[in-house]
Amino acid sequence: MNFGFTEEQELLRAEVRKFLDQNASLEEVRKIVESDEGFDRHLWNRMAELGWIGLTMPEAQGGMGLGFETFLVVLEETGRSLFPSPLISTLLAARAIERFGSEAQQARWLPGLANGETIGTLAVLEESDDWSSSGVRLEGKRDGGETILSGAKHFVPDAGNAGLFVVAYRSGADPEAVSLAVVEEGADGVAAGHLPAMDLTKRLGKLDLDDVRVADDALLAADWAGVQSLIDLGAALVTAETVGAAERALEITTEFAKQRIQFDSPIGRYQGVKHPLAEMFVDIESYKSLVYYAIWAIDAGDDVAPLAVSRAKAYVSETFPMAGISGVQLHGGVGFTWEYDIQLFLKRGKWMRPMFGDADYHYDRIADLGGL
Amino acid sequence: MDFNLTPEEAAFRDEVRAFLDENLDAAESERDMNWFGGWLKKVREKRWVGFSWPKEVGGGGGTVMQQVILKEEMAKRKAPPLGSCYMGLAWVGPSIIQYGNEEQKQKYIPDILDGTYQWCTGYSEPDSGSDLASLKCRCERDGDEYVVNGQKIWTSIAMISKMMILLVRTQTDVDVKHDGITCLLVEMDSPGIEVRPIKNMSGGAMFAEVFLTDVRVPVENRLGAEGGGWKVTVSALANERSSIAEVYGLTRKMEELKDLARDTERAGQRAIDIPSIRRRLQRAEIRIESMRLNGQRFLTKQLKGEPLGSETSINKLHRASLEVEMGELAMEITGSASTLMQGCDEAPEDGRWAKFALGWPEVVIGGGTPNIQKNIISERILGLPKD
Ligand SMILES: Cc1cc2nc3c(=O)[nH]c(=O)nc-3n(C[C@H](O)[C@H](O)[C@H](O)COP(=O)(O)OP(=O)(O)OC[C@H]3O[C@@H](n4cnc5c(N)ncnc54)[C@H](O)[C@@H]3O)c2cc1C
Repeated sequence: MNFGFTEEQELLRAEVRKFLDQNASLEEVRKIVESDEGFDRHLWNRMAELGWIGLTMPEAQGGMGLGFETFLVVLEETGRSLFPSPLISTLLAARAIERFGSEAQQARWLPGLANGETIGTLAVLEESDDWSSSGVRLEGKRDGGETILSGAKHFVPDAGNAGLFVVAYRSGADPEAVSLAVVEEGADGVAAGHLPAMDLTKRLGKLDLDDVRVADDALLAADWAGVQSLIDLGAALVTAETVGAAERALEITTEFAKQRIQFDSPIGRYQGVKHPLAEMFVDIESYKSLVYYAIWAIDAGDDVAPLAVSRAKAYVSETFPMAGISGVQLHGGVGFTWEYDIQLFLKRGKWMRPMFGDADYHYDRIADLGGL
Repeated sequence: MDFNLTPEEAAFRDEVRAFLDENLDAAESERDMNWFGGWLKKVREKRWVGFSWPKEVGGGGGTVMQQVILKEEMAKRKAPPLGSCYMGLAWVGPSIIQYGNEEQKQKYIPDILDGTYQWCTGYSEPDSGSDLASLKCRCERDGDEYVVNGQKIWTSIAMISKMMILLVRTQTDVDVKHDGITCLLVEMDSPGIEVRPIKNMSGGAMFAEVFLTDVRVPVENRLGAEGGGWKVTVSALANERSSIAEVYGLTRKMEELKDLARDTERAGQRAIDIPSIRRRLQRAEIRIESMRLNGQRFLTKQLKGEPLGSETSINKLHRASLEVEMGELAMEITGSASTLMQGCDEAPEDGRWAKFALGWPEVVIGGGTPNIQKNIISERILGLPKD
């Protein structure tokens, strides 16, 4: 048993942290999110050059062929700095194509995703906001050797920036007959844009499909179990990124508690302040262990993976949003200001909670998986 | 990261499973004291008692991973404990191995492994609980002996113990209260020791007050240096916290609680199918799983040579809230019958859950309260000022 990172992984962590400290301080992040796209193409391209975007994509397609365990290190760092980028979305689209695409399909799309040129995303949810197979009502109608998609996908991460959408659609009458199609921005009938959202560091939007004709060579060979494995992966990656964000939120609040003097003493001396911080620490360490294990299981193809993911996401969804609230509260009045950084983490918590399933969804999933 | 077992580790797991197959199921229906005695003998022969201790002192010399495997397999099968000298195995033994001299090791360790007699722990005093280092129990040197005068309290199983690990004050004029504390190994039948059991809220009397009047203790019974008792205690307490944080006992309790929820019918449905109960069970189970993985992550750190200090407080805090929550859940599951105690047919499982629901103070208060654990984390790990 080994529950630690390799030396290479630790080096990568240091490298990513340095890059983000230099280029994406919270001050810088605040500027980046003011832009139309909400992320910095220039930094994105540099990250691609460094190999971080294609880290888990196959080497033959321009990636580095490494495991999600290594990617975890990158995500903890992007989480720490609330780095705005379509990293997780692009990775999920690539994973879908890698797992369920033919060689030709992989060669067609993966290199562009790995080198940062194409931004990808996974579009599953619809208006019903239901992560189960019955939530996918978008029908794939067959017509003259093509599949016609007409409908809308909601809550699509990075929808306004994506060039490539991996869309879940209904492929038959069976409740679990769900598959995936690749739809490209610019194709006839495709319209996507962002919606105003609370967490400015994470863009979210809607994808409208109006009689979009998809050729057979853009259909992936996925079934519902496959789609669900992508949702699981999304939940795991979001949790991993949250570990970094939560550690930073705790650091910021702890530092504040050491500096702020009231009643002639740093407020961090008072147990009403220090104990909630200790509780946050306990929670962070605990969902960290859960998500590390889950990601190991995903890499190892271990059967326990879905269960492990749901445990981690249920825990983090229940605790990190509250930690954000505590963090703001422990700052007093300045915590409520736009200027102070802690509010950014509170908002990240709220973005994270429903993303790839909230606690309720994952508790139900644990039950479905026979866990309890 | 790698959670797969190596071939050697898998072989060890199979050995454990085979042993449990052979020695557990057949006897499960007749789990009485006779049977337990036989079990203890067999696990002792396997060297699974004190499995983590070095072979030189009679331990099993098991690797960290083997210990994890052994405990996990035992918990899954709800096997009885490995050994019967609870405090001896949990922290007195490890303290003697770390700080004791050769004679002390030879004198005490084999009996701890064999469970020949019990040890108790004389740390807390009426005015020194959370603030243990303020303890006052007086101790003066007289030739080859120490003379001890004072009072201890909350001493678990003092009335059935042959030995006590005792903290006394050998020096009062110290700048830092932690200095001047010394650790002694004391025979409970020494003249001048009086044990008065205290009845606890569940009606039993498993802890006691211990009065010490002119108790003479040979100098050779000192553990560690004179004035070095705090160091011994800190490592003993860390051992206590990590043993209290033992996740495997909780895993087992959780299995039993789920069985209870499956077997209990409430208004025509199984309690486990009531959504609010299921959620609480799930939440508890996730916490337990996180404790298991926290423990393994901290072990990896330790194996890499990084010092492990206050991390044990994390699992101790989880354990404290789980112990309370699981007791309350058992009450919730069993409804109106939940408060019935042993001795009537209506009491669920002969009142054992009612008893459990009154038993949490042992792990919540014993070994340092949650508030103290939160102080430890916020001061030693987060670096906040002391209060
Ligand atoms: C079942 C059981 C078995 C035990 N067995 C043993 C044993 O075998 N040997 C032994 O030596 N001791 C034993 N103890 C004693 C145990 O270690 C003490 O009870 C414990 O350390 C608390 O001390 P206290 O009871 O004096 O409470 P106090 O220290 O008086 O605490 C009372 C309350 O005040 C809080 N408090 C105290 N100081 C602070 C602070 N600085 N900040 C915030 N809150 C604070 C505590 O959290 C607690 O809620 C046992 C206790 C129990 C319940």
